[in-house]
Amino acid sequence: MPLETAPAAGTAPAATTTTRTAARERAARNRRLSVYGARIAVLLGFLGLWELCARTEVIDPFNFSQPSRIWDQIWQWVTHGTAQGSLGEQIGYTLYEALTGWVIGVTGGVLLGIALGRIRFLADVFGPYIKVLNAIPRIVLAPIFLIWFGLGPASKVASAVVLVFFPVFFNAFQGAREVDRNLVANARILGANNRKVTVQVVIPAATTWIFTSLHVSFGFALIGAIVGEYIGATKGLGLLVAAAQGTFNAAGVYAAMTILAVVALLTEGLLTFAEKKLFRWKPADSGDGR
Amino acid sequence: MSTTPAIELTGATKRFRTPSGALHTAVRDLDLTVAQGEFVAVVGPTGCGKSTTLTLVSGLEEPTEGEARVYGEPVRGIDPRVGFVFQQDAVFPWRTVLSNVMAGPRFRGVPAAEARERARDWLNRVGLGAFEDRYPHQLSGGMRKRVALAQTFVNDPDILLMDEPFSALDVQTRALMSDQLLELWAGTGSSVVFVTHDLDEAIALADRVVVMTAGPATVKEIFTVDLPRPRTVEAVRLEPRFVELYREIWASLGEEVRITRERGAGRAA
Repeated sequence: MPLETAPAAGTAPAATTTTRTAARERAARNRRLSVYGARIAVLLGFLGLWELCARTEVIDPFNFSQPSRIWDQIWQWVTHGTAQGSLGEQIGYTLYEALTGWVIGVTGGVLLGIALGRIRFLADVFGPYIKVLNAIPRIVLAPIFLIWFGLGPASKVASAVVLVFFPVFFNAFQGAREVDRNLVANARILGANNRKVTVQVVIPAATTWIFTSLHVSFGFALIGAIVGEYIGATKGLGLLVAAAQGTFNAAGVYAAMTILAVVALLTEGLLTFAEKKLFRWKPADSGDGR
Repeated sequence: MSTTPAIELTGATKRFRTPSGALHTAVRDLDLTVAQGEFVAVVGPTGCGKSTTLTLVSGLEEPTEGEARVYGEPVRGIDPRVGFVFQQDAVFPWRTVLSNVMAGPRFRGVPAAEARERARDWLNRVGLGAFEDRYPHQLSGGMRKRVALAQTFVNDPDILLMDEPFSALDVQTRALMSDQLLELWAGTGSSVVFVTHDLDEAIALADRVVVMTAGPATVKEIFTVDLPRPRTVEAVRLEPRFVELYREIWASLGEEVRITRERGAGRAA
């Protein structure tokens, strides 16, 4: 009899632990599902309310448009193209301008930021000028760039560059300044000269700072390109907004905004992916934001 | 081996300007000689300027007055014969363990293959051969310290400066690391200056123990540790001579610790 009860007593706690783990997993899954469910419910509720208010004329659909019209507008652009050409071409133009501006702005910002962060003399000479330039509300430069560079992509790239450059520059500068002194001292003792300290210690240490600014600055690059297009262009999403506004087509403005938001989210996702690849050396849960 | 001392500090004084603009004397009129192959431990009250002594020898800082000499030559910039193990973690967090240990030889222009081979050899000696692909954040504090040791030893330094290298570790790990350090050092014939605030550690490791005064630091007394080598930290602690030395040195050091504490209390009041 005891021989029989012993294994039974042994299996019972094991069984309860597995059921408990399973229960915990189930609870976690349910929680995730309910979060997603609630998110969708909020979106549907918002769109539904908007649609309802517009149909019952609580709000004026001419000014505020309504989700169904916006969707129709997007669908029409997708299937029949816009007045300026196919929708893909408009998105491509805007992305091209934003990306070019972003790359130029980031490159310039990083190079100058690191250089000024490392070389005291340069920082002392250029510091005040950079502060003055930063104090200018740079978005007002867009019309000037339009005059300088014309209706083509160059003027949009330029406004994206000036928006992107400063946040990246300041972060790179700060990052180069705040490198752990111990790391620099260690590298010097181990035999690194100034150039090697910059390339192999300061730049890697500053990448965390720089990457923080890359997220924000891609948004700025898009803003620069869109505003540039809005003021004057032959192609692009900003032009779509301007054209829709010019014809009192509120649905067109919202439709272009929706497309922009999707494009911005996708590029943001790509950037996060690249960041994860690049920062394998960091502890897993930092920067998660949770 | 010639009789030129490995390290000579003569009348070395170092003053810093504090952020508030006042002059702070960290080290005052310091005379210290370390023979070739000698292991010297420097003890003193916290914040008295022990670490500054090391930065003067390493060339990271220049003395305000007096002179620091390495093998008879005045220190001008960082000497390639010097290795330095820092108090805080100074391994590069974005490099793997192997790449961290390779850093020194690579900085000095050794070809990658040879640097890798030497780095692997030292990693095996500190017992981290299986961890070469890890990043520092994946290691424990003791393992990171061993990476730092390998990183320093791979350059074959003739002079090894250590600034409270094990102070952040727990007591058991510290004893293990001390033994490992003695083992690694035994084969090299390099001279060591080991700064610590732990008198146990100082006596167990060193040939001579230098007691510093309360800041600004200068040499107060020097004790010769006549315990036989090879030593292991746990065993040497139990010897009567160790206890005797401890009592003797503590009589000298304790007074300085008291002075520092009273000053701190006076400042707080």
